[in-house]
Amino acid sequence: MNTQGDYQTKATLETFGFIPKLTAEDIQKQIAYMVANGWSPAIEHEHPSNKMETYWTMWKLPFFGETNMQTILSELEACRRSYPDHNVRLIGYDPYTQSQPVCFVVYEG
Amino acid sequence: MSASKAYEAGVKEYRDKYWTPDYVPLDTDLLACFKVIGQEGVPKEEVAAAVAAESSTGTWSTVWSEYLTDLEFYKGRAYRIEDVPGDPSAFYTFIAYPLDLFEEGSVVNVLTSLVGNVFGFKALRSLRLEDIRFPIAYIKTCGGPPAGIQLERDRLNKYGRPLLGATIKPKLGLSAKNYGRAVYECLRGGLDLTKDDENINSQPFMRWRDRWDFVAEAIDKAERETGERKGHYLNVTASTPEEMYKRAEYAKELNMPIIMHDFLTGGFTANTGLANWCRENGILLHIHRAMHAVIDRNPHHGIHFRVLAKCLRLSGGDQLHTGTVVGKLEGDRNSTLGFVDQLRESFVPEDRSRGVFFDQDWGSMPGVFAVASGGIHVWHMPALVTIFGDDSILQFGGGTQGHPWGNAAGACANRVALEASVKARNEGREIEKEARDILTEAASHSPELAIAMETWKEIKFEFDTVDKLDVQ
Repeated sequence: MNTQGDYQTKATLETFGFIPKLTAEDIQKQIAYMVANGWSPAIEHEHPSNKMETYWTMWKLPFFGETNMQTILSELEACRRSYPDHNVRLIGYDPYTQSQPVCFVVYEG
Repeated sequence: MSASKAYEAGVKEYRDKYWTPDYVPLDTDLLACFKVIGQEGVPKEEVAAAVAAESSTGTWSTVWSEYLTDLEFYKGRAYRIEDVPGDPSAFYTFIAYPLDLFEEGSVVNVLTSLVGNVFGFKALRSLRLEDIRFPIAYIKTCGGPPAGIQLERDRLNKYGRPLLGATIKPKLGLSAKNYGRAVYECLRGGLDLTKDDENINSQPFMRWRDRWDFVAEAIDKAERETGERKGHYLNVTASTPEEMYKRAEYAKELNMPIIMHDFLTGGFTANTGLANWCRENGILLHIHRAMHAVIDRNPHHGIHFRVLAKCLRLSGGDQLHTGTVVGKLEGDRNSTLGFVDQLRESFVPEDRSRGVFFDQDWGSMPGVFAVASGGIHVWHMPALVTIFGDDSILQFGGGTQGHPWGNAAGACANRVALEASVKARNEGREIEKEARDILTEAASHSPELAIAMETWKEIKFEFDTVDKLDVQ
């Protein structure tokens, strides 16, 4: 069956929703970028049915000043283990712009 | 002029009063840099002083009523003259204007003085306003962007990347329902925002209210299906302010996140009013710049776009077109970066290599997204991400809707190219140099991108810029 040209709408989760799922190595590189820019990591999770809501539930407090790759990865992992059916996203907070120069979903529920 | 002196009728040389090379500008002065070509034989100081006079308190003849006020307090002062690098025909003059010459919060009033009668003054062959330093005291009287970059990201839930848009094509002639279809296809394919073309107002083939209705349905459906937030710039530019507000009100009634205005053809008065309305009603404001090239393209006469961009930030807008550098429309890279900074930063230092003539302190005024639009396609993506950074909106019109499989696939191709570029940049790769590798790699997972790359591989717009920066 020729389906070329039949574009099917995808449900996506904003930034990086259109490229292949990030590998463990990819995720580490994005964390390194965040840390190198001095942005504070934070983790949020939410059930996919609420994915369009502004506020997801915070996993603990943002990890202000945390630069250790292993710590950040293990917090992400711990969040996923506690909420295996939730989406989990990683955020980099920039207090100067009060925005999130990094924000992408690491695990999908 | 001192009030104790006696009135003497007659014509004096401008430089007696308005050329003040020893003057040290005050922090509260509004400073301007003009590029001037005077008439043959007129000394530079006299020309500079004439510009200062004619754009502030002076007139050609002394009048008795000058003696009723203290013109020494109110006059503009030409305080410096400089050569223009690489252009012996012209020179720069720097003029300081006291703050009290201008009504608070009115770029209209500032421009009426600075680019008013003086531009037709016979003693000048040509005149160009290159830059204005707005004192922070004046900036604090202006409303500025209705939302600004930070709030706009929070409302639209877009982080860590440029936003992706498209102007709906064909620019004229679609019915409302067919237009809504084109919008829906772009948004479902992965664009964040779509845009009315600037020419679209409320023509016989598609009245504005019908466009609003169908576009609202398109946005709603695309949001439900993709799970992402979407928007469309509904162009409220109209023949009268009353009509403009009526269209804006209906956009609000439909819960639309963003509307659009053409700030030069619509005018600064309309723009400032609309920006205030947007701030009060929680709606974002996209700004188009039709007519700008009439004003800013001639290197010897008119107003440089960096001035228009500064005035827009003061008047109010959340997104402003800046050119693309790489696409089909004119734009020098360094010069563009210079005025993009003026839109987004809170402080921009003087940098002649970018055409920035003054330090500019923006204080707490929110930033404006830079919009790159016009003749761009997927091959340009890595360069665009490098040039414009995250706080930008990259708009592909033909580069989305010209895709062989249609708008949705074209949108998807652009989104894949954008995200691949951002990911690679964050990984520390030099994405402009490695563009081909990055896009080819991304296309191996995306047939939509692969065919887009094939479609536009030969398209380039390599013409030299007409308005270059003044450098040797």
